Formats: sequence, structure tokens, C-alpha cells
Amino acid sequence: MSASSNSGTFRIKGAGRLTPARTARFTFDGKSYTALEGDTVASALLAHGVHLLGRSFKYHRPRGILSAGPEEPNALIDVSRDAARRQPNVRATVQEVFDGAKIASQNRWPSLKFDVGAINNLFSPFFAAGFYYKTFMWPREAWVKIYEPFIRRAAGLGVAPTEEDPDHYANRYAHCDVLIAGAGVAGLTAALSAAATGQSVFLVDEQPEVGGALHYDTATTIDGQNGYDWAQAIAAKLKAMPNVTVLTRTTVFGYYNHGFLGLVERVTDHVAKPAKSAPRERLWQVRAKKVVLATGSIERHMVFANNDRPGIMLASAARTFLNHHGVAVGRQVGVYTAHDSAYEAAFDLKRAGVSIAAIVDCRPDPGEALLAQARALGISVLSGHSVTDTGGRLRISSMTVARNGGGDARRIAVDSLIVSAGWTPSVHLFSQSRGKLRFDGVNQRFLPDIYAQNCVSVGSCNGTDDLAELIDEAIAAGGGSVTLAGENRFEWTGGMIGAAEGAGPDTTVKAFVDFQHDVTAKDIRLAVREGMHSIEHIKRFTTNGMASDQGKLSNMHGLAIAAEMLDRPIPQVGLTTFRAPYTPVTYGTLVGHSRGELFDPARKTPMHALEAAEGAEFEDVGNWKRAWYYPRRGEDMLAAVNRECRTVREVAGVFNGSTLGKIEVVGPDAAQFLNLLYTNAWDSLKPGKSRYGIMTREDGFVYDDGVVGRLAEDRFHVTTTTGGAPRVLHHMEDYLQTEFPHLRVWLTSTTEQWAVIAVQGPKAREIIQPFVDGVDISNEAFPHMSVAECSVMGVPARLFRVSFTGELGYEINVPADYGPAVWRAIWERAAPIGACLYGTETMHVLRAEKGYIIVGQDTDGTVTPDDAGLGWAVSSKKSDFVGIRGLKRPDLVREGRKQLVGLLTKDPALVLEEGGQIVADPNQARPMTMLGHVTSAYWSENCGRSIALALVAGGRARIGETLHVPLKDRTIEVEVTDMVFFDKQGGRING
Amino acid sequence: MLLIHCPYCEEDRSELEFRWAGEAHIARPENIAAISDEEFAEYFFLRNNEKGLTYERWRHIHGCGRFFNAARDTVSDRFLTTYKAGMPKQLLPETGASEKTVETYEATEGDAR
Repeated sequence: MSASSNSGTFRIKGAGRLTPARTARFTFDGKSYTALEGDTVASALLAHGVHLLGRSFKYHRPRGILSAGPEEPNALIDVSRDAARRQPNVRATVQEVFDGAKIASQNRWPSLKFDVGAINNLFSPFFAAGFYYKTFMWPREAWVKIYEPFIRRAAGLGVAPTEEDPDHYANRYAHCDVLIAGAGVAGLTAALSAAATGQSVFLVDEQPEVGGALHYDTATTIDGQNGYDWAQAIAAKLKAMPNVTVLTRTTVFGYYNHGFLGLVERVTDHVAKPAKSAPRERLWQVRAKKVVLATGSIERHMVFANNDRPGIMLASAARTFLNHHGVAVGRQVGVYTAHDSAYEAAFDLKRAGVSIAAIVDCRPDPGEALLAQARALGISVLSGHSVTDTGGRLRISSMTVARNGGGDARRIAVDSLIVSAGWTPSVHLFSQSRGKLRFDGVNQRFLPDIYAQNCVSVGSCNGTDDLAELIDEAIAAGGGSVTLAGENRFEWTGGMIGAAEGAGPDTTVKAFVDFQHDVTAKDIRLAVREGMHSIEHIKRFTTNGMASDQGKLSNMHGLAIAAEMLDRPIPQVGLTTFRAPYTPVTYGTLVGHSRGELFDPARKTPMHALEAAEGAEFEDVGNWKRAWYYPRRGEDMLAAVNRECRTVREVAGVFNGSTLGKIEVVGPDAAQFLNLLYTNAWDSLKPGKSRYGIMTREDGFVYDDGVVGRLAEDRFHVTTTTGGAPRVLHHMEDYLQTEFPHLRVWLTSTTEQWAVIAVQGPKAREIIQPFVDGVDISNEAFPHMSVAECSVMGVPARLFRVSFTGELGYEINVPADYGPAVWRAIWERAAPIGACLYGTETMHVLRAEKGYIIVGQDTDGTVTPDDAGLGWAVSSKKSDFVGIRGLKRPDLVREGRKQLVGLLTKDPALVLEEGGQIVADPNQARPMTMLGHVTSAYWSENCGRSIALALVAGGRARIGETLHVPLKDRTIEVEVTDMVFFDKQGGRING
Repeated sequence: MLLIHCPYCEEDRSELEFRWAGEAHIARPENIAAISDEEFAEYFFLRNNEKGLTYERWRHIHGCGRFFNAARDTVSDRFLTTYKAGMPKQLLPETGASEKTVETYEATEGDAR
């Protein structure tokens, strides 16, 4: 064995496919190493003889590299480029080395070789399955303060990065005729076949290069060519075809309804210096008419005592490291197997000059062909034997071998042990697509049975092991005609699931089933003994298969052990469900561009910048940003709101009402349509007038409200609540399209087309007068609830005389683009007169002073118009409207319903809390009989005291009564009143 | 994500463009003001929530805006047909709908064949 220059002493000259001259430097736990381009972190470290990569989750046991692919449960590392670009829990077998990569081990302190947490290993009898549930029951408080923080620190994986992710992530949608998941022999063949028909084809593989099992399987030739070279040539041919998209480093992580698939493409994670414009990862959302699953299968480990020491790995992984990366996993390698495939690994290693200590085969008779080959290579085979234990601390140093059934035990020195319990077909995506599996009892595996979608499985994920058969199957799946001749020098048989001899029935042996969650065979036995008889319960009790690798190696073993304990056949015990994602997907990929300002885009009115320039504080109302209040120097919110409230009633205020929902209802039958959708009658409303309307649902409860102006016989300007506009339009469209399609009516959302400037207060007319043309706005000609189309500053406008403050008021609607200009002009005139800008908080207080309700605040979906004191708005003359029958339901007309009333605190300085419960007798026994709750409560500067609205059982009959609002530390006495607190005669509105 | 055929646009579009709108073929009674409490409850509150073939309304809200009817198998999520609002219920054989279906994720747990 001769090592190549400096890329590791375990690098074998002439082996593998990497180029010795092309190197990359990286660090592992601060120490610098040289790798070759194309190395994974795992292969690069193995080349330097480094097997110890991390500590396990629960027991902090030293752990190494188990696999060479995405199924890796053990070798999780932290990868970083700089302080912000750091990712924990990356599989070392997937991460490609790039120049300058900083790799760190995880879950160890103070160092990987000396880890204090490893003491958990000694206390392991206390850490058996389910111990969390049993041990840390009492006292309750200790969970939050002691147990949970301790457990979280002690048992864990990587540490999440603390800085904001500076990378960006892309998102693409695509459609295709055929999507093929997996580009091994089966996938490539299916792609060739499908592409030949002219269909649009996506061929997707998670590895950097196509080939799948051909990475390690050097015994396969296709069309007379070495398998791996054939694969690369086919990929090049496919890439050149216009109807084919080949995506490598791309994982199909989810298979959803109707041929919808989620893919993640890793664009720059392997690049030393990524271009700034390149996304780190790209999410593909693909709709495929047909899906071909060529996902292959995953080798299983053997379950025996201390099967987790660094240096123990899957046979196929050792073969990949040798045949692809040119790295030997050791110098003295033991083999423990229940399947033929490990022999091939041993033979390859031996031919490359690695010493094979022995092949231990638990099967009594592996077959003469294999034995003959082993003999020819000088490898001793111990059939009918098992490895019952291993030795070594930070790396395996020996294996203990005994004859099955006991006896003849001996210890054999090894520096690596490669294992194989056979192969598990990767049916994850098939199962995600809701396909049903069947159990193949002969080969002890689950295979696709009933398909739920237009999908077909080919190759080893379908249980097709024979190469010629596999090629035929793949060609048929692609739908085209291609001729290929494959040859494989090997036929594989064998395999086992469950615990091997060395797993031991005793309670101290650690024979790991799930490496990532530290679940052992005895944990699963314990779970069954404790009464967990469903595989779902066993899984959750032991957490087997619940780590980030989702049990790709462990599920079948766990199932077999449970089945044996339960004495039931495996299909009856069942399999837990496979769920997306197949392998972990970063949040960045899923989120894509939807972060920061794009996470939930804000809606801003045309006047937003002007409001901000005047110092407005904004509040979120749905997606809208609304001016909340306008604090002046030295003012807090209350002071600002008090000043605004006073100024509106004394002089005037200017308010941005643009967020109000607006719907244009047009057509010969428009009035008839509104008659059906609102409780009010609209026939009698003359053009040029407006009316406050209430909309109920069919059940009779208030759904929305707003002022509706009639501009012409066939044209209404309908306003809705700010938050209600979309659902009101949806509700209207529903009735128009499906219940009243005979009505000639058209509905158009105009919310964003109109900017709305409200001017309210005694001087409102004086302020707007000079700007308005085309309508006489004197009190006589244009009284309260008038509406007109006119022009304001030469801009076509709709002018409403309307008030949500109880003052003389106007709402000027101008096309949105003109909003800022009109707003600026009005404010320039209003300010010198002594008016103010006011925000939503003042609007809330002023309307409450007048007892005007806010739907959604003073009502909650169980309030009828009458409950809200708006019974007058329900027409008694109409024969039909939405809600007419609901309003007659017995519960809606009974006595004692909650009604909206006013509340005045006995102490005028106290402001109630919204949501506060109301009782008659505060001294009654708990639980108290609650009469209702406070819906709105404010300090009213204009009334010089606090005011409130409340829903109270039988409320209107209680006017004058004293009730109580019990709070945690005191009880507030209140008097029930009517809902109008200011200007009870209502004269100001007509000023 | 479902793929839904809009019978007005005559195109298969992604579920993102649609909004579900409840059970189909429930007509608002012509004389609604006069019906009994029981009839009102039947009309407004009670729904079938079928397992298997179900008739429901969808709205192509981010497309043409139209409401339409669909027959969907709630077990497999397969759409059997979609048709315009106002058209009579498209009768489909119940068995045809569930023949090829498989159980939902939750129902399959512990129940692989």
C-alpha cells in the first residue's frame, strides 16, 4: 500500500476516481487536512485515518462514519464558511469538501476525545427507553427549571447558528411528463427510454454525479462498458437533449398529491467561492404527469453488542470509499455479514492490498461459489459464526467471534469492521405518494404493491435485483424502446432483519438499532414488556427512527425485534409511515424569498409617506399599515390621543380612511341584490343619498357593516370594514353566482382605486369648501348622508357627507394616485385653522363616545343586529334577505340575550380593560355567573372620564343597574347606561 | 398540492389559485323565510362529510373568480370531475371512486399489507 503525497495515508494509489493533483484544504476541529476534489468530508477524513467524528445523542459514545451516503445517522458535523454561514447536523458523508471549509464535531465537551457527557454511558441503566416519562415527573416546576434545560444540554446534536443567514435561496416551478427519482442504472435507463419518446423528462439524483450503486459496484458492465463510465456517458447524452433536464446534487424530498414533488437542489454548498448572485439552494416544485421511482435500496447494519464503535461501517460504504474515493477504511479489516454483498467489499479491499482478518457470516452455509472465491484470495470465512462483541475506545481494536449457539469464542484484532445485514428497498417516496406496501417474506422486505398515483417503481426499490430484469423494467417504465445489455458478475442473496446473536437478551448489552437516537435492541424489548404493542407506540416510546435520518437503517431492525417479542409476523406488526422530507431540508430552502419585508408584504395607503413625515406611529390592521396616532414633541400615546380627540370636536381633524373596503355594485338589479345581501331596504334610497347598512350571514349574525352610497339608479358605492373587504366580496360573489344568478349585477373591488380623506369636525366644511367643484355642499343642499360625484382640486371625486365621529364630516374619495396631492392641500389649509391629523386610536375613541360599533370588536360572530342595538336597520317589509330565517331562530329571539350597552365606572378615572368579565354579585361563590364582557374601553377626554361598551345579558333592561368587573387585585363597580356618551341629542352631526 | 380543473378556464391549475367553498348542491330554499327550524337546520348546519365520493364547491378565486362544482374522492384526493355552477349533480358510481383508492397516511399507520 502506498499513500499518495499528502491527501492521506489511507489513500490507495491507482484506486478510486479522484484526481490526485486536485486538492482542497479544510480543517476538522481546528486541525488542517488536505483532501482531493470530489471527496466528501467522510472520505477525506478516512483517508487520514480519522474515524472518530462525533459523540452520540444520549450516551455520548464515540461515533464514526457508518455509511457513505444520505442515510448516515452517525457522522453529523458542523460546517462553516464564516461566522454567519454555519450549519449544524450536516452529514459528513454528503458534504463535499471545498477549499477553506471549517468542519467541527458536535455534542462533545470539552473535546471530542475527552467528553464529560460520556458519563451518561456509565449511568445508562437510568437512561433506558421512556426514562424521561418516568423519571422526571415531580415536582412539576422542576421540569422547566432543572430537568428540561439539563436534558437539552446533555442530550443533543449540533448548535443552531445565531447570526442571520446571509445567503439567498431560489424557488422554481416546473412541469414535466416524466420525473425520474434516482440516476442509478434503473433511473438512467428509464430516462433514456422516456427521452427517446420525446416526452419532457426530469432526471434527479442526490449525489454530485449520476451512477447510484455504480459508485461502488465495479462488477457491473453495461454495453461492454464499465458501469460508472457508462452512467457518465449516458448522463452527458441526456443533458444534450432539449427535452431532458438532469439535476444532480438534488433530492426529491417530498411526493405529494397529483404528481406534485418537492426537490431541493444544493447549488453552492460544494463550491469554495460561490458567486454572490448564486443561490445557496434552490427549491423546485415540479408537477409531473408520471413519476418513475428508481431510488435503489439502503444497506442495513448488523445489530450486536457494541456495534457502534468508530471503524465499524457498512460494507457498501467501505466499497464506495475504496472504489470511488480511493480510500481504505483500515489496514486490518474484519467483515460481519448476513448477506453476500459484504463479500464483494472484502474481495475489493483484499485486491487493493488491505488485509482481511476474517469474514464472519452468521449464515451456516453462504454457498460454495463465495467460499471458493474467498479461498482463492486467501480470506478465511467463519460461517455459522457471529461477532458477539467489539473492543476499543475511540476506535474499534478487536472483534469477539463465537460460533452460533455459543462456544469457540476468540478475539480477533481489527482496525475496522465492515458489516451487512442486507438491503432495504427505499420505498419512502412511494409511501409518501400514498402507495401501499406488501411484505416480501422470502427476502424480508417491504415492496411497492398498490399505487395511488401515476407512478412506477423500478430497480432495487421495487425488489428487482437481477440486472437484465431491471433494465427491461426501466425501459418499460420510460415508455420508449432502447436496447441495453447489462452484465453483473455477481448474484446477491441473503440478509437478515432484527438482532443478531451478539445482541444478547441481557439488559446491559448495547446493541444499537438506531444510532442517531441511541436506541438499542433491549430498549425495543423493554418497550414491548412495558405494554407497547403497536409499532407506533414502540416507535414513540423508544424514539426509534425518530431522529433526523428517520430510521433509514433502523426501522426494519426495530420492527423485527418488536415482532419477535410480540410473537407476531412482521406484516401484522406493521410499518410506521414514511413522511416527507426524505432527508432534512433547510428552512432557507422552504422559505425562499419570503423573508424580511417579503415575508408578509405590508399594504400601504397612497398617503403613507406623508403620514410618516408627520411623525405618525403606525399600527397593523390586517396587512395594512394604518396611522395610529401622531405624537408631537414630548407627547406619549395618551397625550397625543387626548389632544387629537379634543381638537376634532373643537376644530376639525383629517383622517386617512383609504383602507376602508370598497365594492362597486352596478347593474339594473343592483338595488334588488343589495336588498338580498343587507338587512336594510335599498329601494327607497334615492341617488345622491347614502345609508348605513348591516350584513348578516344566513344564521342571522352580524357579518359586516358600512355606508352604502347610491350614485345612480344602477350604481352603488359600497363600503366595508377594513379587514372585511375580501370576505365580503367573496360572500357577495357567492350569492350572485350561485343563488341569485338571474340578477344583472356586476361586482368590482375598488378598495385600492380610491384614496379616502376624511375631514371631521365643526370646521370641516370650511376646510374643504375651496377645493370642491360641481356640488353645493351647504348644510341645506348637502345634508348628512349625502353623496355626490364632483371634482376636488380638479380631480374627479366622490364626496360623502358622513361621520364616524358624530361631528359634521366629509369623506373625499379621489383616485388613489391623486390621494397624496389632495391630502397635502387639505392639510395645508386645515393646519393653520387649528385642525389636527388623527389616527385610528382617536377614531376608535370618538366613535365609542357616540356608541358606534366596530364589527369584530363589539361583535364576535354571535351578535344579532338587535343585540348590537341596530334592530332599526333590519327591514320588516322585505320578504327575503340573507339572514331573514336565521334571525327567527328560537335562540336569537329569546329574552335575556347579551346586548350591547354602555358602562360607566363609578370612579370616572378608572379605565376598564377590554375583555373584562361582568358579574352582578362580586361576592358570589366561584365560579361566578358571568353576565358578559367589556368590548371597548377608553379614556374619553371629551367626556372627562372613562367610557366603555359591553355585551351584557339582558343589557338594555339593566340600564341604571350597578354591576361589577372583578379583576385579579380588585373589583370595579360600573353602572349600565345607554351607548351614547357624547352629544346625546346628536345635533353636531348636522352642523 | 392538488391540481384542479377549472370548468370555466378549461385548464388544470394549482390549488393555490382556488378556495374551497363547502358542500355542493345545497340550494337555498326559495321560501326560506317560511321554512321550519328543522328545515333550516338541514339547509344551513348539517353537512354530509363523506368519506369517499363527495360533491363540493370550489372557487377559482385567484383566476376567473367563478364558483364551480367538483366530485372528489376524499380518501385519495382524486378529482373525478369538475363542472359549472348550476349544472345538475354529475352522478358517478360510488365504487368507481373508491376502487383504486388507498388509505390516508394516518389510517395506514401500522397497517401495511
